[in-house]
Amino acid sequence: MRAIGRPTAASGDARLRRRYAAERRFRLAGLFAVGLSAAFLAFLLITMAWKGLSGFTQFEAALPVDLARSDVILDPADLAGPEARNIVAGAPLNAAISQAAVAAYGEEAAQLFGGGAVRSLSRQLIADPSLLSRRAMLWLPVGSAVDVAAKQDTDLAAERLVERLESRDALRRTLNIDFLRESDATDPSAVGVWGALKGSFLTIMVTIMLAFPVGVLSAVYLEEFAPRNRWTDAIEVSINNLAAVPSIIFGLLGLAVFLNFMHLPRSAPLVGGLTLALMTMPVIVIAGRNAIQSVPPSIRDAALGVGASKMQVVFHHVLPLALPGILTGTIIGLARALGETAPLLMIGMRAFIVSPPNGITDPATVLPVQIFLWSDEVNRGFVEKTSAAIIVLLIFMLLMNGLAIYLRNRFERRW
Amino acid sequence: MKEKMPLTSNTPVPAPSAAIAAEAHRQDPSVAREEGLPPEPKGDVPTAEPAGSSEPTASPEPAPGPPPKMRAHEVSVSYGDKQALKNVSIDIHDDRVTAFIGPSGCGKSTFLRCLNRMNDTIPIARVTGRIELDGEDVNSTAMDVVQLRARVGMVFQKPNPFPKSIFENVAYGPRIHGLGSSKAELEEIVENSLKRAGLWDEVKDRLSESGTALSGGQQQRLCIARAIAVDPEVILMDEPCSALDPIATAKIEELIHELRGRYAIAIVTHNMQQAARVSQRTAFFHLGELIEAGHTSEIFTNPKMQRTQDYITGRYG
Amino acid sequence: MTLTVALAAVFLIAAAAGWLAYSRASQLRGSGHSRLHSLPAYHGAYAVLWVAVPAALLLAVWAPVQTGLVTQEVLASAEGQALPEFEMQRDAILTEAREIARGQREAGFNPESKDLAPSFAAADSRYSFVGGAVAILLALGAAFLALRRVGVTFRARTYVERWVTALLVAASLIAIFTTLGIVLSLMFETLRFFEQVSPAEFLFGLNWSPQTAIRADQVGSSGAFGWIPLLWGTVFIGAIIAMIVAIPLGLMSAIYLTQYAHPTVRSWMKPLLEILAGVPTVVYGFFAALTVAPAVRDLGLSLGISSASSESALAAGLVMGIMIIPFISSMADDSIAAVPQDMRDGSLAMGATKSETIRRVVLPAALPGVVGGVLLAVSRAIGETMIVVMAAGLAANLTANPFSSVTTVTTQIVQLLTGDQEFDSAKTLAAFALGLALFVITLVLNLIALSFVRRYREAYE
Repeated sequence: MRAIGRPTAASGDARLRRRYAAERRFRLAGLFAVGLSAAFLAFLLITMAWKGLSGFTQFEAALPVDLARSDVILDPADLAGPEARNIVAGAPLNAAISQAAVAAYGEEAAQLFGGGAVRSLSRQLIADPSLLSRRAMLWLPVGSAVDVAAKQDTDLAAERLVERLESRDALRRTLNIDFLRESDATDPSAVGVWGALKGSFLTIMVTIMLAFPVGVLSAVYLEEFAPRNRWTDAIEVSINNLAAVPSIIFGLLGLAVFLNFMHLPRSAPLVGGLTLALMTMPVIVIAGRNAIQSVPPSIRDAALGVGASKMQVVFHHVLPLALPGILTGTIIGLARALGETAPLLMIGMRAFIVSPPNGITDPATVLPVQIFLWSDEVNRGFVEKTSAAIIVLLIFMLLMNGLAIYLRNRFERRW
Repeated sequence: MKEKMPLTSNTPVPAPSAAIAAEAHRQDPSVAREEGLPPEPKGDVPTAEPAGSSEPTASPEPAPGPPPKMRAHEVSVSYGDKQALKNVSIDIHDDRVTAFIGPSGCGKSTFLRCLNRMNDTIPIARVTGRIELDGEDVNSTAMDVVQLRARVGMVFQKPNPFPKSIFENVAYGPRIHGLGSSKAELEEIVENSLKRAGLWDEVKDRLSESGTALSGGQQQRLCIARAIAVDPEVILMDEPCSALDPIATAKIEELIHELRGRYAIAIVTHNMQQAARVSQRTAFFHLGELIEAGHTSEIFTNPKMQRTQDYITGRYG
Repeated sequence: MTLTVALAAVFLIAAAAGWLAYSRASQLRGSGHSRLHSLPAYHGAYAVLWVAVPAALLLAVWAPVQTGLVTQEVLASAEGQALPEFEMQRDAILTEAREIARGQREAGFNPESKDLAPSFAAADSRYSFVGGAVAILLALGAAFLALRRVGVTFRARTYVERWVTALLVAASLIAIFTTLGIVLSLMFETLRFFEQVSPAEFLFGLNWSPQTAIRADQVGSSGAFGWIPLLWGTVFIGAIIAMIVAIPLGLMSAIYLTQYAHPTVRSWMKPLLEILAGVPTVVYGFFAALTVAPAVRDLGLSLGISSASSESALAAGLVMGIMIIPFISSMADDSIAAVPQDMRDGSLAMGATKSETIRRVVLPAALPGVVGGVLLAVSRAIGETMIVVMAAGLAANLTANPFSSVTTVTTQIVQLLTGDQEFDSAKTLAAFALGLALFVITLVLNLIALSFVRRYREAYE
């Protein structure tokens, strides 16, 4: 018996060594998995930052402009009025710029400037109407092809132009503030995320206004008032399933119900917000129920004991104590809604929107959809703009998640 | 021995009639246990006490005394299939402390929670029988449960102040019941309640601090102040000292003594010395039944039932 | 008087009634009735609710009714009879006329609308007078009744709380309505789809090319709607490639972080991994299309696979796997943490090493929870849209070659619905059929996963 049960000292040692080796391998495998996951994250973020940061800069070229000798005929008095922007927009600035560029840098510079330059020139004109009557050296943002060529190697024609500009000291790199205050455009050097940001903001506002009250109230009902019966079970099953339904299905729902049945306006933040609210609500309900559950029953007893009604117990004591938890869950749900793309594609928020929306029924797009649209563009200039927009989106996501973590740490109560 | 401390000062005349009644009782223990209606209710007491439990309590009373503040009649409670309380009948009187004793799980807390319908919060609990407050049925639809709880306050086993300031803890009840319409009145109520709960001197300078920052004993007195603040008629205490150290316990007991003159108090305790120290009347529960109720001194010195005797002498429990 | 004015009047009456009820109740309290059943605020709220809610509801119902009545009346009038028969044109004129009558626009595109506007305005004002007057009378009546009830014993609080309860119930019913809305709208459109394409072809067909003809005589005018290639593509990317990446990495990360890592490391790494779950999918999609897909294609070409596509299943699946890692790791984390310490101690006390304990005791015990988590992750992966839209292709291939292009259900839904299509063409309706199929698959997966998780949780609680 003994001979079978106990290994000899030598074989036991070998065995033990093998077991320890297996232990080390297992542990290393775990470390490797964690490291690899973290490396993926780092790689993703670094790639986006690498490609995107240049999107926040813009090359400008110096251009001698003499509007007095161009086809631009404007009355300086008009430029002081409130309609200045519209009046300037009507003038053939594009042609004037193109002519000036050809005059200064030769034939191939005809396409040196793009929509960004027109916009910049209009601004400078409104700021200083005297430009209409004199010759001046202006710095204007270059068009996308040259911009890309100046940042990295691309096609030869643009490269040559860049070299020529550089040799004459007529090219400089500036911060692209317009990227944050302009909207979509066909020319990548002129695009901005402001319109999409505003659309995202309006959409998320609609989502908050709908999903938060409804989510909190139904969490309160389910946790504090609902009798145990088939209806309650049906509601619970619904909510748990809705939380796991693919987001694109909500888009189909929005398309069928809000657009085709209720005839709400297409592409509007109202419909986007409604759709995202339906998607976010279950997340808020689940977070709310957990937070309400974690309020100890002794608080409820105490309030009941001094004669508070059930409703008073809930709204005076339980809900305020559960609020940090509910808010944390809500913010995380909203961050998800903010990054959501697919359902909004379904309800037409992928339109080409040049002017930012002014209300929740105006056509709009949102930041993730804008990213998707730009990623589909052929023009190489959009690559860095897409990445730059992703950086903006990620910053917002980080801010929201950071706020959630802060709330959790600051107000979380251990019972 | 435990029962060495008869509260002679509080005890009314140890009436010989009590002994006789008890004697009669002992002869027919089946009547005491089986709570079926007695074949012939002998005394024509208007309240028609059931046999057994209440009789020994009724007899030592001065016969034409004031009606009891609360009266329970044949109260049974079950949680689902499990019966927790069987046909308990007992009175709770003004200006007196009634202690409920018995081994754990005997139903004393369950019974206490019936008195202000805290059992309503447990969905599976089913309460039958009649409980009256000043003659009104507390379970009737005419009785608003919220007002009932304002009249019958409660202090819980574990101190459970709201995670709010001390002031807000006490002011919450008056506020929801609309007592004290102005801020000054409210402040007065809070001050009086804290004074009566013996906490004022300790907290008067830090009323805005959180109630949860107080020590355990202070928290419990805060809870008592909170209960007093809505000016209840009855205060129920569910083992109010079980989570406290001896010094804090002594303070609470002292407080109970002082509160006795104003409110009817019912206290559940597993500590028999405490029952003997603070109460004038004692009821002994066992396995969901009320075995015996009567003057505290009598229960502790001369219990009529063998089970009571066994419990208070420490044979089980 | 427009309905908006009536609504404003109703709210004014409600506010006045609330204030009156409040002050009367306060007076009662002041005048020695020591215990009012309910606080004055509840009396006020009671009055406000009874005045505002029924009257506002009446107006809400009346508004569309009124529009119908007005239109009817205008159509019956002389100008209305003269309108063109063609429905769309007539409706356009009517809409313009209504907007002119209400001052929402200056002039219509159709000249007839100008003539219709006065009769519109007349009918409009007549009907809104009726509706508005009834609503205001209702509000006044309610205010009168509510004010009469103010008293010492009146249980205003109970009634107000009943209103609140009704609100709570209504809020929680929205979840049911959403579910019903999803099921019904998908079913409805799917049935319309099946009128044009047979269910058998959809469910068992091996060909997917949803081209519908613009002209009837066009070549290939009848599209093919067999969804099997899409299903395969979805499963291939979401349930096979993504899981091959995510399960080992997620599970091993969870094991390392719960069992081996120093608490400080854990407290940093766990949120870091959760960031992966918080990155918007459109970002993953862009990453996949821009960085991973070309790399995968180059790899395929260097391995001698000439068909390697730049929209390969592998690229989409890899990135989706990365996205899924945190789901699996946090699910596994929970399941492992729920295994009682006693079990671990039992194994360790026999002289087992940590890894032996984990592999032989902890993991088997945690398996149902882990499996549930994996199923939820699969459901998440096959419902994921943006990564596959941006990185996977559109060609519906039935192939197991990870370097070639496949398409998925979600990609096709997006593809079908983002063109300018008539809403009742087979192509558009097919998207809803695909949506229903996707809904059913994920629902089944979720239900199975939840029952696994629940059973597991019950076992250790």
